[in-house]
Amino acid sequence: MKNRTNRLPDRRRRTLLSQLIGASFGITALLGSSLHAADVNTTGLAVTDDTVTVGILHSVTGTMAISETGSVQAEKLAIEQINAMGGVLGRKIVYEQEDGASDWPTFAEKAKKLLVNDKVAAVFGCWTSASRKAVLPVFEQYNGMLYYPTFYEGLEQSPNVIYTGQEATQQILSGIDWVAETKGAKSFFLLGSDYIWPRTSNKIARKHIEKLGLKVVGEEYYPLGHTQFNSVINKIKLKKPDVIYAIVVGGSNVAFYKQLKAAGIDMTKEKPLLLTISVTEDEILGIGGDNINGAYAAMKYFQSLDNENNKEFVAAFKEMWGDDIVIGDVTQAAYLGPWLWKAAVEKAGSFDIDKVRAASPGIELTSAPEGYVRIHENHHLWSKTRIGLAKPDGQYELMYETSELMEPDPFPKGYQ
Amino acid sequence: MNFANTVSWRHMLSMACLLLLLAIVLPITLDAFRLNLVGKYLTYAFVAIGLVLCWGMGGILSLGQGVFFGLGGYCMAMFLKLESSTPEATAIQSTPGIPDFMDWNQITELPALWIPFQSLTLTLIAIIAVPVLFAFLIGVAMFKRRVSGVYFAIITQAIAAILTILIVGQQGYTGGVNGITDLRTFMGWDIRSDGAKTVLYFVTIAFLCLVVFMAQFISRSKLGRLLVAVRDQEDRVRFSGYEVANIKIFIFCVAAAFSAIGGALFTLQVGFMSPTLVGIVPSIEMVIYCAVGGRLSILGAIYGTLLVNWAKTSLSESFPELWLFGLGALFIAVVMIFPKGLAGVANSLADRFRKPRLDVASSPDMPTPVDDSNASSTPLTSTTHQSATRHSRPGSAVHGAAGAAGDIGA
Repeated sequence: MKNRTNRLPDRRRRTLLSQLIGASFGITALLGSSLHAADVNTTGLAVTDDTVTVGILHSVTGTMAISETGSVQAEKLAIEQINAMGGVLGRKIVYEQEDGASDWPTFAEKAKKLLVNDKVAAVFGCWTSASRKAVLPVFEQYNGMLYYPTFYEGLEQSPNVIYTGQEATQQILSGIDWVAETKGAKSFFLLGSDYIWPRTSNKIARKHIEKLGLKVVGEEYYPLGHTQFNSVINKIKLKKPDVIYAIVVGGSNVAFYKQLKAAGIDMTKEKPLLLTISVTEDEILGIGGDNINGAYAAMKYFQSLDNENNKEFVAAFKEMWGDDIVIGDVTQAAYLGPWLWKAAVEKAGSFDIDKVRAASPGIELTSAPEGYVRIHENHHLWSKTRIGLAKPDGQYELMYETSELMEPDPFPKGYQ
Repeated sequence: MNFANTVSWRHMLSMACLLLLLAIVLPITLDAFRLNLVGKYLTYAFVAIGLVLCWGMGGILSLGQGVFFGLGGYCMAMFLKLESSTPEATAIQSTPGIPDFMDWNQITELPALWIPFQSLTLTLIAIIAVPVLFAFLIGVAMFKRRVSGVYFAIITQAIAAILTILIVGQQGYTGGVNGITDLRTFMGWDIRSDGAKTVLYFVTIAFLCLVVFMAQFISRSKLGRLLVAVRDQEDRVRFSGYEVANIKIFIFCVAAAFSAIGGALFTLQVGFMSPTLVGIVPSIEMVIYCAVGGRLSILGAIYGTLLVNWAKTSLSESFPELWLFGLGALFIAVVMIFPKGLAGVANSLADRFRKPRLDVASSPDMPTPVDDSNASSTPLTSTTHQSATRHSRPGSAVHGAAGAAGDIGA
């Protein structure tokens, strides 16, 4: 049995084992090593009697490296934990890491290399929508399986991708409902970086705001990397919205929140209130907790979530990658990828992509740091949406979470 | 031309070596995936060849060749995207039959800009005509006003930045940051299969040969020598009665056309086009390919492109977190140790095996062997001292400024 070789202390092993995704999967895992590679792999993937190779495909160089590093770390942690528990179908996971270099053609090239040359059983990777769009035809052509961690705009449902982050409606609708109900917000100013995710998200937000009978008083976009937000801040001051709905991405965030503060908009006074769906704990590291203190964020995970799964996850993450590290929404979603794949492989009893795909809908994870999640037929996750309040220490304080899991709806009727 | 005859055997030999490598050795030794990668690299070689003419020979350093590569690539991508956006394939959209990203941006009918790209003939014309026209406009605006050197380089870089911002900003019409993705067929032929990629690889080689022959024809023609003269002594050429601006505009347009062919072939092989291939960074990388190959050597540019890209791919596969350092070291090594690039190394090796009296034919691809150790600054600096050097070297004087100017005078 592979379990005997692991070096984790018994206590921790027991807690990890107790998180097994249902007893039946546990049994399959223990029996797994008796299955021959040929039985669990009929399509020539890189599976031996002892190991299975997967791919990790993120940018570790270039402008996106700062965002994607957390995902790489989370995926490696999950793989190490799975290996410590005996691996998948009795096989240790070996990973082949490739650098997408923040460059979309490179992503496509590396995806093809992982699928065609390395014959990996699954790929955990991509971050930006552009990189996902670039690799998508490769995954569909060579029938690979991609676990994609980022919250994104929806409008996509590939048989070759499992989307472990939230699609736009999950993130947006309950956030707007919450500010409308608890804060009595009447008017919104929409703001975003100029590409598909912020634009689509604001389109959905605008439709929902108008459905609620509320008003959008402005909508503005700025190129990625833009650092001069003074003109839009002046417009916001003139229009006096109740809510600034901000989907500014990447490095622009630093300039935006600093200039907002410098212009005398104190977010703790909530006049106007700021609600974002793009700033995780990772971004706050760059922005500085003082500059964003008092803003609200709507997403599915905060590092501060108070539950047993999350405490263990945060502790394990810090043990592996250092105490100074922060964990954002996407990092947690990336951590789910290997676990969801393991559960699907064990349910299918095979590494074959087609069987894993067929087994995926309905896969549940009770051990997820964000709490219970389940894969929908449309390959997205059922998950709760939460509202956090940014604190000066760079962490979010949980203010609200939906009582039910939000259904993923990548092609929302009435919002297109 | 007598000069051309004396060196042509060597051209034929080096061309044959290249063809042997590209058309026989690589397809036999590499698997389909690696061969497709080489095919992708070769599309960048089109840009590098354009830069040899424009920068190496003509002294016009353009840091915006990605613009023309991108325009060619986008023209092809628009055609392929329309072909794959059939009403059946896009039935899930609010407006079936238009490209998916337009639907996401609330566009409900095909924009007028896209309509010509429903026709293959118009697309093929546009792939060359659009970039050339754009290059012509830039050329007229710049060269007629005698903008040159560093100023021209900066302006081309700005144009690359502007075009990127334009493409990203107009995402309903261009696909924005994502680019135009998910291209499947070309006239009903599935371009994603390994067989198709191999065919496209050989198509790329065929076009590359065509471009190489055109480039060599230009470099050996009177125009080629005029170009070198313009680079080294612009005023002398002007005083001899030539319209310098026209020569520059012409070669800039030729380089743009070459780049555009590369871009269109890139789109076919890689299956998408995005603004990351248009901007400043890829444009500068393309200049580096040319510099590594030896900016005066047409075939060197191809080897340089292959070497840099191969290093980039293999370093990034082996050391995903460190490869940029390795690549940086490679560039430093090339600049410090082989300032004339690969072609310079090859020629000095060749010269060791030949007698001094044959020196006149020693550098067929290098019309002006320059003694300058700083490869990138040569075309930008005053070249008086270099001309002086050349006069003292009888072997190379025939290629040099004095030789060319003398030819004109006679």
